[in-house]
Amino acid sequence: MNTPHPGLWAVLLVALPLALALAAYVAGRRIRPILVWIAPLAMAALVTGLIHSLIHQGPFRYEVGGWAPPLGITWKVDGLAAAMLAITASVMGAVCVYAPGYFAGSFKTAGAGKTELFWPLAYLLWASLNAFFLSADVFNLYVTLELMTLGSVGMIVLAGTAESLAAALRYLMLGLMASLLYLMGVALIYASYGSLDMVALGGQLRGDPLTWAAASLMIVGLLIKTALFPMHFWLPPAHAGAPAPVSALLSALVVKASFYLTLRLWFDVFPAVARPSAAQFLGVLGACAILWGAIQAFRADRLKTLIAYSTVAQLGYLFLLFPLAAAPAVAKKAWLGAILLALSHALAKAAMFLAAGRIQQLAGDDRLDRLTGIGQRAPLALSAMALAGVSLMGLPPSGGFAGKWMLLVAGVQSGQWWWALVLVAGGLLTAGYLFRFWAIAIAASDHPSQRVPVNWRMELPPFALGVAAVLIAFLATHAVELLEIGAAFPIGGTGEVAP
Amino acid sequence: MNFDSSVPVLLIASSLLPGLIIFTLREEQRGLRTTLNLMGASVKLLLVAVMLWGVHHGHAYETVIPFLPGFDLTFRADSLPMLFVTLSAVLWLLTTIYAIGYLEGSANRRRFFGFFSLCVSSTVGIAMAGDLFTLLVFYEMLTLTTYPLVVHRGTKQALRAGRTYLVYTLGGSVLLLLGIAWLYALTGDLCFKEAGRLGDLPGEYAPTLRLIFAMLVLGFGVKAALVPLHGWLPQAMVAPAPVSALLHAVAVVKAGAFGIVRVVSDVFGIEFANRLGVLTPLAVAASVTIIYGSLRALAQDDLKRRLAFSTVSQVSYIALGVALGTPLATIGGLVHLVHQGLMKITLFFCAGNLAERLHVHRISEMDGVGRKMPWTMGAFTLGAFGMIGVPPMAGFVSKWYLATGALQAGQPWVIGVLAASGLLNAAYFLPSVYRAWFRPPSGEVAERAPAGGVEITWWLLLPPLTTAALALGAGLLAASDFSPLAWAKVITGREFGL
Repeated sequence: MNTPHPGLWAVLLVALPLALALAAYVAGRRIRPILVWIAPLAMAALVTGLIHSLIHQGPFRYEVGGWAPPLGITWKVDGLAAAMLAITASVMGAVCVYAPGYFAGSFKTAGAGKTELFWPLAYLLWASLNAFFLSADVFNLYVTLELMTLGSVGMIVLAGTAESLAAALRYLMLGLMASLLYLMGVALIYASYGSLDMVALGGQLRGDPLTWAAASLMIVGLLIKTALFPMHFWLPPAHAGAPAPVSALLSALVVKASFYLTLRLWFDVFPAVARPSAAQFLGVLGACAILWGAIQAFRADRLKTLIAYSTVAQLGYLFLLFPLAAAPAVAKKAWLGAILLALSHALAKAAMFLAAGRIQQLAGDDRLDRLTGIGQRAPLALSAMALAGVSLMGLPPSGGFAGKWMLLVAGVQSGQWWWALVLVAGGLLTAGYLFRFWAIAIAASDHPSQRVPVNWRMELPPFALGVAAVLIAFLATHAVELLEIGAAFPIGGTGEVAP
Repeated sequence: MNFDSSVPVLLIASSLLPGLIIFTLREEQRGLRTTLNLMGASVKLLLVAVMLWGVHHGHAYETVIPFLPGFDLTFRADSLPMLFVTLSAVLWLLTTIYAIGYLEGSANRRRFFGFFSLCVSSTVGIAMAGDLFTLLVFYEMLTLTTYPLVVHRGTKQALRAGRTYLVYTLGGSVLLLLGIAWLYALTGDLCFKEAGRLGDLPGEYAPTLRLIFAMLVLGFGVKAALVPLHGWLPQAMVAPAPVSALLHAVAVVKAGAFGIVRVVSDVFGIEFANRLGVLTPLAVAASVTIIYGSLRALAQDDLKRRLAFSTVSQVSYIALGVALGTPLATIGGLVHLVHQGLMKITLFFCAGNLAERLHVHRISEMDGVGRKMPWTMGAFTLGAFGMIGVPPMAGFVSKWYLATGALQAGQPWVIGVLAASGLLNAAYFLPSVYRAWFRPPSGEVAERAPAGGVEITWWLLLPPLTTAALALGAGLLAASDFSPLAWAKVITGREFGL
């Protein structure tokens, strides 16, 4: 039997959402069932096909349209890229099912026509995320990153409030500035090496000042986009102010994309330039993010603000990877742990924002002091929050636990005690702000309200994501096998975890 | 997967699945919920019976589930796990029956029974865990699944108790996480093994190992309510009576004590721990807890608070037993795991009945309740006598072995602790027994008392009567082959290679 070229899956993964974005813009309401149900299923099938061929045929490169570099676009598919595509499909799929109910319920009065714009923008974002994860050269990555920013800004404004407009503009400004920094780095690299391909660059980079400057510019640009402390200030208003399905996409996927690129650059392209002191510095910023994000989340007076600050804190964890991976013996363990953490955070955070949207709709508001006893009225949404919270706190058995445990063991094994302490302290802080909300939600309400029938289309997607954030722990061995496919691992870790 | 290796999984599933299904039911589906609960509990008991038979004939039920690279979930059910599993399974059935009667008509029963079942699943996982990592996973699950039960009523007081519970237990978890990760970094292996596996490490590791020991024991000590880590337990008594039974007898404090037993006997090994010199501090901490808990209990007028401080005191007998480091004392500690569970759950059931039927919450209100509720107070009296250590109750057997074990260890001061604790137990239990039987009932009690027929529904009466009978039987029939004592002797024999 003729097996299709694996590149076919990749092309369709970008082409289909692009086509859907156009169709949604033109046809709008008439193709709603396709957008809501059929497209997520089709995308899931495509990702499955891609992973299948990856497992059986190994990692591969693909030149789009047959044009070779430097003119054409080169894609590269390995385990990490496939995992990101899969998580994007899961979160996007859940959001597609959820969104119609949300927009129908929340925006009856405020110009329903505008919310129709959600669909083309969401599919555009999906296409650019997929293209981003597939890209193998630093310039294409810039282009897709920029597309993502534009799509995100467009969707934040859909909330239609003055605050969300201000947040979106700030997001746009910072996003553009960050992209410019990144682009300057790319230009320096191209000027001195004449290549943009990550794999080709990885082998030939020198440790000279110019390369160092280029690396710094690119990484700093990405850190702004990832909202690493102290460049996080744009994130909470943008993520909290956006409509709930948009918040879920931003917090779960968009910030992960720039982290993903940081990871790629750090391990695949710049190992010659990446200094231990820089790694430790990133770790310190990560630790500050964990602390500061948690404190702000604890002080938040709105549910969505709380969840947004939680994203700031959780992103901090991911940056503990860099100092931990500086010890070669545990590098691979730390790398796997951080990626597992990123994947489970994507699921958990999307679950939280979607559930928060439902809770907001029921209570008419997301101010914490109005949510007393809300668990009675939205038990399924609260369960979704609880499951996602277990993963965020890093308690077993959840994906968050799997990731944090591997980071913790890496820290202790390499004698970097302080990072281990940061990890466990962060878990306690997370428990602190999450239980603050749960205590409100399950408290006995003064004026018990009658039961509200479960809105399945709005409560099942977050619940499914929450379950996935927990159950991913039991798939961890398979996830690790997938991530190891084609993983460029120049830092010497053998990945031996058991004697 | 053959039958032997699927049994541990089935045992966990027998409460996990009913729990998960109960969450999907509607609040009013009472019949179905009750059926599921009782079916799960019965299936679990049946499985436990099969396993007991198997372990008695030298089987060991082992399962390995791949989890993280290098960290599998391993279950191994041999003699020590079965002691805890049997206790939990029997008491779960009785507590479920009690809870069905007790929560009749109250709100959120679906949530209650769902989490209740998850709690028991976690406990069984803790009992059967074959290594420290698996134990940690289920231990944390237990923390999470108990919280909704502690705050079940949703009142301000309940929420405060829940917060205290979390602060203490999550603090303990941090110590455990770090301690276990450190032990792994040091040895690369977390499996339990009789008599431990650390004895071969070179001598220069001794200070590190002492520190790890302290972290692990303090981590488990939170749930075992070791003073000064006990503060959450008396507060948590605001929860409904079945939850108190769960906290004090079926699951939570037992999980802590069991963790300490595992660390001492199967991670470090009693003899190696003795050489490290970490057992005497543990014995001292346990003794302090025993005396302190009793003294505080004496000062409480609220019946459930008095019982809670009594638990603080009694659970430390278990740690004291393994900390003394001799076979006889270890037998005493292990058997007390079961005995304390049976006696304390009886007392909490009875306290619940008094509150439910006569609205009696304080010792000072207990005048004459024995005449109005003779069966309940009969069970209460048996439980109280057991706690004091009156022969032939089960408590006497534990104390006897602890005392002789202390002499064997050359630590006669422990006898003084045990005697003092016995006297204090008598001082705080006898007044309530005296009031109940020998004082005339107060007007309110007489008014609320039932006017004939059974004193309270069978759902609420049967469980305390059964546990009281079991506590009596465990003492009377201690010499038989199937008593908890005989089982504890088998476990101790294997640990010491006798």
